[in-house]
Amino acid sequence: MEKNKYKEVVNRHTPKENVLYNTMIAFFVGGLMGLLGQLLIDAYSYYFSIPTNQASIFMIVTLIFVGCLLTCLGFFDKWVHACKCGLIVPITGFAHAMMSAALEYRKEGLVTGIGANMFKLAGSVIIFGVVSAYVFGLLRLILFGC
Amino acid sequence: MIYLNAFLFAGIVCAIGQLILDNTKLTPGHITTIFVVVGAFLDTFSLYDKFILWAGGGALVPITSFGHLLIHGAMESASSYGIMGLVMGMFNLTASGICSAIIFSFFLSLIFKPKS
Repeated sequence: MEKNKYKEVVNRHTPKENVLYNTMIAFFVGGLMGLLGQLLIDAYSYYFSIPTNQASIFMIVTLIFVGCLLTCLGFFDKWVHACKCGLIVPITGFAHAMMSAALEYRKEGLVTGIGANMFKLAGSVIIFGVVSAYVFGLLRLILFGC
Repeated sequence: MIYLNAFLFAGIVCAIGQLILDNTKLTPGHITTIFVVVGAFLDTFSLYDKFILWAGGGALVPITSFGHLLIHGAMESASSYGIMGLVMGMFNLTASGICSAIIFSFFLSLIFKPKS
């Protein structure tokens, strides 16, 4: 009886997330990030006259740098709170995860702080990426031969 | 036209992520991990290459492209070195992203103090 009452009270006071609004915001912000990526690729390949695949590497490095810098300056946490997945799913989310872990553990020293904890949040992306790429690559090698 | 495609593709990927985040108890860490695995899975059948041709930078910006680049580098060196090439070339294409993230966050964390 007490438990049911407690659940009721908790349910009543949990803030209702507006799913449609959140999704629209994520769609719009994420779309703008994709647009920015394509614009940067075109700009780099035009001004430095380099091929597209090289320009895309420049673009990824630029976005990572901007993500790191904005996290340091404190803007990025507020923006992530406002637009959620619109900024987490693009590559800036990866940069944000690494940068905030490095900032947070800075006070524990260089080796035991930054060195040991930098991949605390972003490590799972690399681990699961490598494991899944290995498994699927093996599958592709067996099935298609290349 | 490719700008519209880039906007739509990146937007739809982010919207799917937001829908998963809102309707389940998964954290943002789970979502990025799932998306990397999905990107690697789509490249098993060379589907992601078609997305990149269609949407350009819009397909390269979401974290799914990270999985795609991992398996792409592995397959590229596997075609010349056989099964050992899978482990030799895994980081060939993603090295730029990982290295720049490590270097920027190391030096910036020396300069800046945490805000909150």
